Amino acid sequence: MEQYCGKSIYGGIAIGTISYFEDVKRKAVRYEIQDAKQEIERFERARETAMKQLCDLQKKALAEVGEEAAMIFEVHAMMLEDDDYLEAVYERIHHNNVNAEYAVEMVGEMFAQMFSMMEDEYMRGRASDFLDVSHRLVTVLSDNTNAGKAIQQPAIVAASDLAPSQTVQMEKDKLLAFVTKYGSTNSHTAILARTMGIPALIGIDVKAEWNGKLAVIDGYHGILTIEPEEDYVKEMQEKQQDDIARAAVLQNLKGKADVTKDGTPVKLYANIGNVEDISQVLDNDAAGIGLFRSEFLYLAADHFPTEEEQFEAYKTVAEAMNGKKVIIRTLDIGADKQAGYFGLEKEENPALGYRAIRICLTQQDIFKTQLRAIYRASAYGNIAIMYPMIISVEEVEQIRAIVEEVKKELREENIAYGEVEQGIMIETPAAVMISDELAKKVDFFSIGTNDLTQYTLAIDRQNAKLDDFYNTHHPAVVKMIEMVVKNAHAAGIWAGICGELGSDTALTETFLRMGVDELSVAPTSLFTVRDKIRKTDLTK
Amino acid sequence: MKEFQYIIQDKLGIHARPAGLLVKLAKGYTSKITISKGDQLADVTKLIALMGLGIKMNDKITVSAEGEDEAQTITALQDFFVTYL
Repeated sequence: MEQYCGKSIYGGIAIGTISYFEDVKRKAVRYEIQDAKQEIERFERARETAMKQLCDLQKKALAEVGEEAAMIFEVHAMMLEDDDYLEAVYERIHHNNVNAEYAVEMVGEMFAQMFSMMEDEYMRGRASDFLDVSHRLVTVLSDNTNAGKAIQQPAIVAASDLAPSQTVQMEKDKLLAFVTKYGSTNSHTAILARTMGIPALIGIDVKAEWNGKLAVIDGYHGILTIEPEEDYVKEMQEKQQDDIARAAVLQNLKGKADVTKDGTPVKLYANIGNVEDISQVLDNDAAGIGLFRSEFLYLAADHFPTEEEQFEAYKTVAEAMNGKKVIIRTLDIGADKQAGYFGLEKEENPALGYRAIRICLTQQDIFKTQLRAIYRASAYGNIAIMYPMIISVEEVEQIRAIVEEVKKELREENIAYGEVEQGIMIETPAAVMISDELAKKVDFFSIGTNDLTQYTLAIDRQNAKLDDFYNTHHPAVVKMIEMVVKNAHAAGIWAGICGELGSDTALTETFLRMGVDELSVAPTSLFTVRDKIRKTDLTK
Repeated sequence: MKEFQYIIQDKLGIHARPAGLLVKLAKGYTSKITISKGDQLADVTKLIALMGLGIKMNDKITVSAEGEDEAQTITALQDFFVTYL
């Protein structure tokens, strides 16, 4: 039993035989050519074939492993169209009278060398792309149709490095794990492993003689074991079974109600950042959307999104949720997170600056466009609105007056809209302290624990130096949440949590005992939190 | 000649994808477009040279266009940078 330690890209355990992949690199033979023009034509034909292959690979990757992994082939195709790359190849054929295979290999190595010396880690990673794409051309030129070896049975794939064109051809259901010497957390192999949810280790000096041997990968600790002892295999098999059982238990929670053991119902909602997240919300069975961050509409565009563009997005989500509640948070943007066309000035202190509702109340045309779009979409589903960064009762009054204006305009234009609950985010200590007053003005509270913690503890979350001081369970924050819930209930409105603490199962019971009515969490956390809710007994 | 300066906002800088899109955009205009970072300069129709500048987040760059359609070119480039980078 030999053990090797590497860097884990994705957790999980794999047990199986190793399938060793030879390095794809194979030296091209150099020979002198007679007719440079003819050789360049041969190169051009090969290039056309290679472009076609890349286009097919991109489609295959897109269908099987997603857009991020597919993009690599698009980049390869662009490299094959690059003037500098082509000129370098032509030049070698013309002036050195070498064959196309050799010219391509030299040029690929030259660019790979150039990129491998760059400062940026991402750019260094591109060096292997030049080698891969050049190798593809050499293969086409040498008429080598052997596209690479297939995996015969489920296996752990080991190689010093894997080219994307190799991994995309592997049969996905036979892949147990990856082990490579090279590669990074951003490499295509890593992306593939994450998308497929299989373990992957990098930084291990892979040996050819491992081929066919039994191995175990412990992706939680980054350990590879070759020819493991029986006891160890047994232990890891049990761990693996636990993982599977846990996943199954969580999956079993699908369709189950969000109620505690003693029968107290809890609203378990999901947070989303764009329209595409909806499928995850539905798969993971959320009772509603507790936080729909509308920023993506603004950040992804090159102009202020029009009423029509926003309306379409909100309507799509409202209809997809089919009557379940969708809480849209109005624009929450600031100097640290903005789109260029906003033209916000750089600020010393963006977290305490011109942001969120402050922008909306100052530049009311932006705000009104969003409100009109939300109200129009409310005719197609169960929509609620909440406003971020509130610090005073006057702000809420001002907002409600603008909302009334918008509704009046819509009525005059004979445009339909539905009942829209009005809520505010509680994410400043100020809002906590006057939550009794605020509760009289709105229909619900949603506590944004990330900002509330940062503002309460006076700690910048982006500053890694302060990690030791940043206590997410700080009693000040927990007491604030309790106060907010109490004040909400006293005024007869409901209160929820949409920050990261909402999915912190160490606090779920505490929150439920306080009477928190709603928890809004990332779609992937829904089952874990549901499990915790169903196991909690508030009578004890 | 028209030009503008820009500070890259994108986390990854001018990585492969935006570089590719830039090349495509540049090929749609007749003006000669260059990007410079410090004393390094690259022709925007050349993907590898462009990636070779290794432009990262917070880098200050100058984009310039020279030719008959330089006015439209520079507007299109400004839009592009604000949207993607």
